[in-house]
Amino acid sequence: MGKTFVEKILAKRAGKSAVVPGEIVVVKPDYVMSHDNSAAIYGKFKQIGAGRVFEPEQVLIILDHCVPAASEKYAKNHQEVRDFVEKFDIPNFFDINTGVCHQVVIEKGFARPGRLIVGSDSHTVSYGAVGAFSAGIGRSEAAAIWATGEIWLKVPSTLKVVLDGMPRPGVTAKDMMLYLIGEIGADGALYKAVEFTGKAVSRMTVADRIVFANMTVEMGGKNGYFSPDETTFEYLRARGIDESGFEAVFPDSDANYEQVLIIDAASVEPQVAKPHTVDNVAPVSEVAGTKIHQALIGTCTNGRIEDLRAAAAVLKGKKVAKNVRLLVFPASMEIYMQAMKEGLFETIIEAGGIVMNPGCGPCLGAHEGILAPGEVCISTANRNFKGRMGCKTASVYLASPETVAASAIAGEICAAEALK
Amino acid sequence: MRIFKYGDDVNTDVIFPGKYTYTISDPEEMAQHALEDLDPEFVKIVEPGDIIVAGKNFGCGSSREQAATCIKYSGVAAVIAKSFSRIFFRNCINSGLLAVECPAAADRITKESSVTIDRERNRIQVDGEWIDFPPIPEAVRYIIDGGGLIPYLRKKFSEKKS
Ligand code: SF4
Repeated sequence: MGKTFVEKILAKRAGKSAVVPGEIVVVKPDYVMSHDNSAAIYGKFKQIGAGRVFEPEQVLIILDHCVPAASEKYAKNHQEVRDFVEKFDIPNFFDINTGVCHQVVIEKGFARPGRLIVGSDSHTVSYGAVGAFSAGIGRSEAAAIWATGEIWLKVPSTLKVVLDGMPRPGVTAKDMMLYLIGEIGADGALYKAVEFTGKAVSRMTVADRIVFANMTVEMGGKNGYFSPDETTFEYLRARGIDESGFEAVFPDSDANYEQVLIIDAASVEPQVAKPHTVDNVAPVSEVAGTKIHQALIGTCTNGRIEDLRAAAAVLKGKKVAKNVRLLVFPASMEIYMQAMKEGLFETIIEAGGIVMNPGCGPCLGAHEGILAPGEVCISTANRNFKGRMGCKTASVYLASPETVAASAIAGEICAAEALK
Repeated sequence: MRIFKYGDDVNTDVIFPGKYTYTISDPEEMAQHALEDLDPEFVKIVEPGDIIVAGKNFGCGSSREQAATCIKYSGVAAVIAKSFSRIFFRNCINSGLLAVECPAAADRITKESSVTIDRERNRIQVDGEWIDFPPIPEAVRYIIDGGGLIPYLRKKFSEKKS
């Protein structure tokens, strides 16, 4: 019987000929990623008393969660991270002018096919978009890797998601992923590895694939994986990485899947996740007319150049509704520069939007756009939990960049189609 | 012993709000905000030895370890749930908070139940009846026996030096 991606890569990395679901293996990740929480990890690292970092090249730190610092406490937190980086000579450190961690890991070429990356952030799952194994871990575990280089992982069983058929025009990766999460629920892939495949996948950009891999954790998945293909290789080549720079791992064609789920992409219409859970999904048409106060475009889910282009196309020549704040956070400085060159910021600003610096911003309720009691926000992020954007009596809807831009103009939830 | 009972998909944002993740570092202070956006009464009445009983996918969402830490420092002895989100479950092992996955017990336990957890034999007594739960994997037992990941490693490194 053949093996799934996760069974193959974990066996390879554990130095075993084969592993089975349920087995526990010890592996040495290529990278352990952390962000502003690196200060807390440093605190735990000190408690371990290792004296030195096992392998400084393995440590990858990107400051993004509250940048620039919103208060003295955040500033001190950043300061501790920089002290750690200097003291232990950490080469892979990116300060507050770089971008959201997951975007940076991918666009700087740390994520590659066949690599194994863990991160002290649940959306570390994103790197499966380019064929890596990546999963989120806790802070103590990150500190343990800094000290020992290793971590234990349980081999999960695998769910295969087949995205069959082609999506209708105006239906995005975000709509399909929200639809999938709505179908199987917040624990639909609990403890499982997920492989995405099917006809719709072969036509997807890397940006699209990141949306799926990123949100795998919203259905409980351990990792989300796309088999690397010409699209992946082209993306990497554009970043100066050719096929000698990685060893791709593919699932066997006769692999044993615990479950196979087939989604007809052609039957999906634009979706939203309603407050206060990501699996509370409905077609946009069902909630159309809901008044909004804020619209957010950005985050590690939908802050890429493709997303900004899509939003700008909707905003072009129009005005954001009175009493609506439109905030746009490019996911990285590279994207910011590109958007600037393409004139996207002009379009956004002329429409009445605000272009912010790359970072997480209000996505986790840290700063730069916290909601007031009773307010409603529509966002391209990945989570809409109670209190997520800093206020527990506010509500968050999740949608595609197109839907968020259209809603900002209409002042109420509205599909881009309906605006025309 | 008081029993706090909650539903499915309790996420880490309501267990420990994101706005505190970089502003609170003391575990005792974390405990003062435990379950703040889920059950504001919790911190007012919780006492050492109390237990939390929940539905499926407890601890879903963010990887923040404070979600396990704040519950542990609130005095809660164990969380019994139908299932846990994977990172939260790891965080429980690593911070020494007992997380028991046992759908039958989670269903049966009411606020009035009498509950005893037998860690050695991996079983729970609910109103007089024993229910088995899957043991913590043997391969990671050493972390729990060492009082959590950080204390375990501290001991290991200090032995290495001496
Ligand atoms: S953008 Fe939001 S979801 Fe993504 S890493 Fe930042 S806080 Fe987390």
